[in-house]
Amino acid sequence: MAVAHGMGHAVKRKEDARFIRGKGTYIDDIKLPGMLYLDIVRSPYAHAKIKAIHPEKALAIPGVLAVITGKDLDKYGLAWMPTLMSDKQMVLPIDTVLYQAQEVAAVLATERYVAADGVAVVEVDYEPLPVVVDPKKALEPGAPILRQDREQKTNHIWHWEVGDRAATDKAFREAEVTVKQDMYIPRIHVCSIETCGCVAKWDPVEGKLTLWMTTQAPHAIRTVVALVAGHLGLAEHKIRVISPDIGGGFGGKVPVYPGYVVAVAASVLTGAPVKWIEDRMENIQADSFARDYHITAELAAKKDGTLTALRAKTIADHGAFDAAANPSKFPAGLFSICTGSYDFKNAFAEVDGVYTNKPPGGIAYRCSFRVTEASYMIERIADIVAHQLGMDPADFRMKNFIKPEAFPYKSALGWTYDSGNYQGALKKAMDKIGYAALRKEQAEKRKRGELMGIGISSFTEIVGAGPSHTFDILGLKMFDSAEIRIHPTGKVVARFGTKSQGQGHETTYAQIIAHELGIPEDDIAVEEGDTDTAPYGLGTYASRSTPVAGAAGAMAARKIRDKAKKIAAHLLEAREDDLEWERGKFFVKGSPDKAKTIQEIAFASYTNYPQGLEPGLEAVSYYDPPNLTFPFGSYICVVDIDKGTGEVKIRRFVAVDDCGNIINPMIVEGQIHGGLTMGLAPALYEEINYDEDGNIQGGSFTDYLLPTAVETPRWETDKTTTPSPHHPLGAKAVGESATVGAPAAIANAVVDALWHLGVRHIDIPITPWKVWKALREKGITE
Amino acid sequence: MAQRISVTVNGTTHEAEVEPRLLFVHFIREVLGLTGTHIGCDTTNCGACTVLLDGRPVKSCTIFAVQADGRAVMTVEGLARDGALHPVQEGFHEKHGLQCGFCTPGMMMTAYALLQRNANPTEEEIRWGISGNLCRCTGYVNIVEAVKYAAEKVRSQPAAAGGRS
Repeated sequence: MAVAHGMGHAVKRKEDARFIRGKGTYIDDIKLPGMLYLDIVRSPYAHAKIKAIHPEKALAIPGVLAVITGKDLDKYGLAWMPTLMSDKQMVLPIDTVLYQAQEVAAVLATERYVAADGVAVVEVDYEPLPVVVDPKKALEPGAPILRQDREQKTNHIWHWEVGDRAATDKAFREAEVTVKQDMYIPRIHVCSIETCGCVAKWDPVEGKLTLWMTTQAPHAIRTVVALVAGHLGLAEHKIRVISPDIGGGFGGKVPVYPGYVVAVAASVLTGAPVKWIEDRMENIQADSFARDYHITAELAAKKDGTLTALRAKTIADHGAFDAAANPSKFPAGLFSICTGSYDFKNAFAEVDGVYTNKPPGGIAYRCSFRVTEASYMIERIADIVAHQLGMDPADFRMKNFIKPEAFPYKSALGWTYDSGNYQGALKKAMDKIGYAALRKEQAEKRKRGELMGIGISSFTEIVGAGPSHTFDILGLKMFDSAEIRIHPTGKVVARFGTKSQGQGHETTYAQIIAHELGIPEDDIAVEEGDTDTAPYGLGTYASRSTPVAGAAGAMAARKIRDKAKKIAAHLLEAREDDLEWERGKFFVKGSPDKAKTIQEIAFASYTNYPQGLEPGLEAVSYYDPPNLTFPFGSYICVVDIDKGTGEVKIRRFVAVDDCGNIINPMIVEGQIHGGLTMGLAPALYEEINYDEDGNIQGGSFTDYLLPTAVETPRWETDKTTTPSPHHPLGAKAVGESATVGAPAAIANAVVDALWHLGVRHIDIPITPWKVWKALREKGITE
Repeated sequence: MAQRISVTVNGTTHEAEVEPRLLFVHFIREVLGLTGTHIGCDTTNCGACTVLLDGRPVKSCTIFAVQADGRAVMTVEGLARDGALHPVQEGFHEKHGLQCGFCTPGMMMTAYALLQRNANPTEEEIRWGISGNLCRCTGYVNIVEAVKYAAEKVRSQPAAAGGRS
């Protein structure tokens, strides 16, 4: 018999049934009669004038129907599209390309292979222009101005700052100890194993567009399409966005890429369904990137190790367009969480956004809007101060942590942290890994000349965007939603404004409803991703599903429970005040036998409801969170370094996470495993850089190194539980914590192994070459 | 020039006229409609398209359909028998070895082949065994657990180990 497990149970996933049988429906599995295929011609140059595009040879291929250019789209006002950051971005260029692999033209054909044949023979005459790949050089006087379409003739996009500059400067002047470190967090790519794509189907009779699309935010996409293409007759009630099964998102499936827009335009113009699927190289080379922050971090402290001030200055490389998918008021995302887990009286941070000849993007890598950059910076620089003062990095952190009794805690940069116990998490991690014994072992090994390091990262995240007073995207407040319908037999359909990309919402949302209503998870079907049926929501990214939509699920269930109580009172001929709720049923106080189950109540809501009450049992909740949630954790990493090769070997990695109350511990652990691996990746392996001519280095899986099972250590996880005081379930979110926290733990471990040799910092990814070079510079040979 | 091929997939023989350049993965997905086999890259790195060709795992994006002529193929759709899950599938579900599910079919086919070669792999052998398949969601820990689960099940119930090829 089906059981209602509710919160805290390792319920096996409902969605597995189709995935393990190969019966998922991902974007490229959708095939419609008469469907055409779109493929894209891309620029070999990072900056060039387009003098001419010659489609003739492509059009001569049987099956090639059209070659679409920026000039074609311009006739419909679609050559450019707005970004979320008040910039605009080319769909297809009219006369200039600004980065390598930029979309130049699109070929429409009857077959996938024929479209590719067409792409191969479209001839484009380019006139190469000077290339700027270094954002610092882009700001120098005399640098080529990349965005000639803008009135402001500068590569500087914006300046953003937060905190008290004067007070912070004063604290630095008066400080007993200061440290300063430049650190570069390189450009990386999210590389979900499924690339992006869509199928656009225009129905000329109904005047309706159906768009199957790899998107993490289907409702927002629907509104954007209506706003961008409204002048062409696309109205929001005639746009249906369907996000099918998504093969990993991690932020890379939030932006609108040109391929989607051209596919929609091609379907509207031809009346046929049009499919566009990018290949892996297109995905890495042109889709939204993450990081690319050049940071100068400074800390001020007393000699006893007490931190007094933080100052950070960042040059942010945004590529050719400012198309970061941030909330609108946050051009640098939530970088202002950079005071981290520490009690600072003074802090100041500033960021300057800059255009370069690289693809646009800026936040998509399993992180809540630049939290990883912030966390990496503070955890690295804190470690440097600790080492400089000769303090144990764990003692140093314990001394400076925000105290548990200080919550809710107002940070120097303006956030109100909801709850935390940072000492508890670090203590647990130290106990689990055997910290004292490891330090002893390290000291002994050092005497023998062996290189072993122990790195700590005690991060604080800021997720669940967000409260309407602060957070919006294009004016859309960042609430989320749930709709629960209970059928007469007590079975449930529940729909949410978010979209799972592997997080297991079909299971965890069912657990929330089971928890609140006592209906078995097996009796609850969770649906997401279809804008014709799901209530409006802002989607899944930045760890917002549980804090916002999950809360909406609980609130909708509570509305249902309130109504169910009235029906139960009617059925039991009792006063509402005399009823008590035990999960799954109402009973008369003192008479547990006089009870009605939620299923009986559901049936009665359609068959025998009290006079004056509407029939049916359903509810919708649009949840506007009162605050963000602040998950945290402490990670400890142990590395051994090969002096001969510079290779870093992770011996152990203990992750203690605190994400508040847990819905499904199995899924939480899985999220942490995955997040840790996406923290390992940029720490040791992944990087996309460009040569002086703007040629991408690392544009395919042969040279952009995702960790395999061999590089990935056997992660060890544990938890502490500090509920969020404002979330209806006390939950906080966990999907991105490990990606945020892990890189600094690994980098700190490497530097810890080398500090006594005089090494203060190595930029990630910490490749064997960089370590080998640092060792040789310090005179260490095998 | 189209060529006629005959390929036995999950126990059923299919005949088709294919272009010589048609990738085997497109034959499986588009011609046969078996969309459980996925495509994740174009450089033979990710393994999402892994199927068994005459019992050996191959990345089906890197061979042509004509190369499979006269041979036996097993895809993810061939793992379960008469509705009963193969131990590998069971293991992935029981041990939470999948999240988005996109790498899962290729990963399971590789795991299946690994267990055919080595019924009792160590953790290191499992990790090397699946190192040609990329997963971005799970961090591999639970995939390793899933393969261990399947190995134990296959050893204790050899009859469940079959599958079609």
